[in-house]
Amino acid sequence: MNFGFSLSPSSAVNLDKIDLSLYHKMEEIEPDVRICIGCGSCSATCTGQPFSGMSLRKVILAIQRGRENEAREMLSGCMLCGKCTMVCPRGINTRHLILSMCRYWDGEDHGYNLMNEVEVKI
Amino acid sequence: MATEQSPKVSTPRDIRKEERAQRKAQRQGADAAPERKLEQVIIIGGGIAGMEATKQLLSLGYRPVLVEKEDHLGGHVASWNRLFPDMGDAQAIISTLREEIMDATIYLSTEISFCNRLRDGYNVMLSNGVNVLARAILMSTGFTLFPAAKKEEYGYGVYDRVITNADLENWFNGGDDHRIPSSPKAVGFVHCVGSRDLKAGNPQCSKVCCITAIKQAIEVKEKFPEAEVYCFYMDLRLFGKKYEDFYIRAQRDFGIHFIRGRVSEVSETINGSVQVKAEDTLSGRPIKVVLDMLVLMAGIVNNPDNAGIAKQLSLETDTDGFLRSADNILSITESPRKGIFLAGACTGAKTVPETVAEARSAALSIHNYLKNLQ
Ligand SMILES: Cc1cc2nc3c(=O)[nH]c(=O)nc-3n(C[C@H](O)[C@H](O)[C@H](O)COP(=O)(O)OP(=O)(O)OC[C@H]3O[C@@H](n4cnc5c(N)ncnc54)[C@H](O)[C@@H]3O)c2cc1C
Ligand code: SF4
Ligand code: SF4
Ligand code: SF4
Repeated sequence: MNFGFSLSPSSAVNLDKIDLSLYHKMEEIEPDVRICIGCGSCSATCTGQPFSGMSLRKVILAIQRGRENEAREMLSGCMLCGKCTMVCPRGINTRHLILSMCRYWDGEDHGYNLMNEVEVKI
Repeated sequence: MATEQSPKVSTPRDIRKEERAQRKAQRQGADAAPERKLEQVIIIGGGIAGMEATKQLLSLGYRPVLVEKEDHLGGHVASWNRLFPDMGDAQAIISTLREEIMDATIYLSTEISFCNRLRDGYNVMLSNGVNVLARAILMSTGFTLFPAAKKEEYGYGVYDRVITNADLENWFNGGDDHRIPSSPKAVGFVHCVGSRDLKAGNPQCSKVCCITAIKQAIEVKEKFPEAEVYCFYMDLRLFGKKYEDFYIRAQRDFGIHFIRGRVSEVSETINGSVQVKAEDTLSGRPIKVVLDMLVLMAGIVNNPDNAGIAKQLSLETDTDGFLRSADNILSITESPRKGIFLAGACTGAKTVPETVAEARSAALSIHNYLKNLQ
């Protein structure tokens, strides 16, 4: 079917072309990430959310859609308080997931810092 | 599917012979006590509902007369392969039931020609010329699958790589299907095809297709472990026993991708695959993917035959298009008409266990009804 007009390509996700290597890394670190249902409980309870717009739901989704930069930027608003782990209905160890992802990025030395690490340094 | 023989099909000739013998025995004042004449109950539709009700009525001491328009029993379940929630063998369930109703009168390839109401019962003329008198009738005529070609934007019948849930079951059962590629790299499932769709004339949820999609996605992944499998859903409606476990397994053990967004259009690519477009509503972005096979989860709609039969029996249709029960809470298996009962998917989308439970309940209602008439 072709209706003769198409959507702006800039924001579109093309599942054939996206790079899922980071998602596969995430699955390796915390296999339970696969069972996320996108319910948003983590985001609703998030301590960082009001300050930085942090949403773990969106971080997971961004990585599933190959949007690494978006995920990293957002994750920098996490304070590792662990509230999200308490509310996740699928029992995902979200805090461990976040921490491991950050360590993974740190290992790559992308100059990434967690908010709380920044605070410690100050 | 192979044509099967009904275990014991009484032809009109058999019945006439039987009746002649009985009359003769009566005239001669036969010393052997004549067999007690069992009360007949007509069952229209030999799917899982009709078969189970037949089995129950036999054991309650009636003489069920089962009328099936196809040349085999089992209805839709006879076309399925493995059933959720425990991946039970559909064919085995049908053959067990078939054996259990050997003693019933079964007419295959037969329909109702006409029926009229008598003082305390019904006179039903069958298309094979047999006339049946009964005080109770059970409607178990089931549903029809939404004709997927009606949703033109999905390209069923136009694009070679687009099939339905029923086509996939047929292939699982060993049927040939040239549309199914030998090693697909990406496979998609479209939920709610012809369900929850006012424009397609069916606003209802078909109830069984979310879990069927997940079941079939797992089965496809088992057959083609290399393939990426996507389910495009509007909501996941997984209401039944252990259905959520299926969902978790699909995600955790099979890595099936669930994308919340209704497929808006499907187009064919140069090499014969299909490209689907949807909105990834959780991220608010348009999403597209090229697939080697697309499975449409066609929904459950009312069997159009019901309208004709309903008219003859003065039955009514409910606002959802299915046959109307006397009451949708307490009397699902009773119609508003005296002596007419309903079981299974003729009153709406049902799973097999729900259908079987209704068939039993209907048999009991019929038994109580007939007992109270005496
Ligand atoms: C793709 C798909 C997969 C499914 N998989 C499962 C599963 O895994 N597990 C599960 O629990 N449920 C499953 N279901 C649901 C299951 O198919 C239904 O619960 C079941 O078929 C309902 O049985 P029924 O006897 O009421 O109706 P049907 O199966 O529709 O049987 C009706 C029978 O009546 C006959 N008939 C119709 N009109 C007439 C007439 N005018 N005269 C005479 N005979 C007539 C038909 O030929 C048919 O034999 C699935 C459904 C779909 C669509
Ligand atoms: S651990 Fe991070 S993501 Fe989770 S609630 Fe706390 S701040 Fe939010
Ligand atoms: S709470 Fe858990 S399941 Fe819900 S979106 Fe967050 S991580 Fe996913
Ligand atoms: S069961 Fe799922 S796929 Fe079927 S109509 Fe309902 S929501 Fe749609």
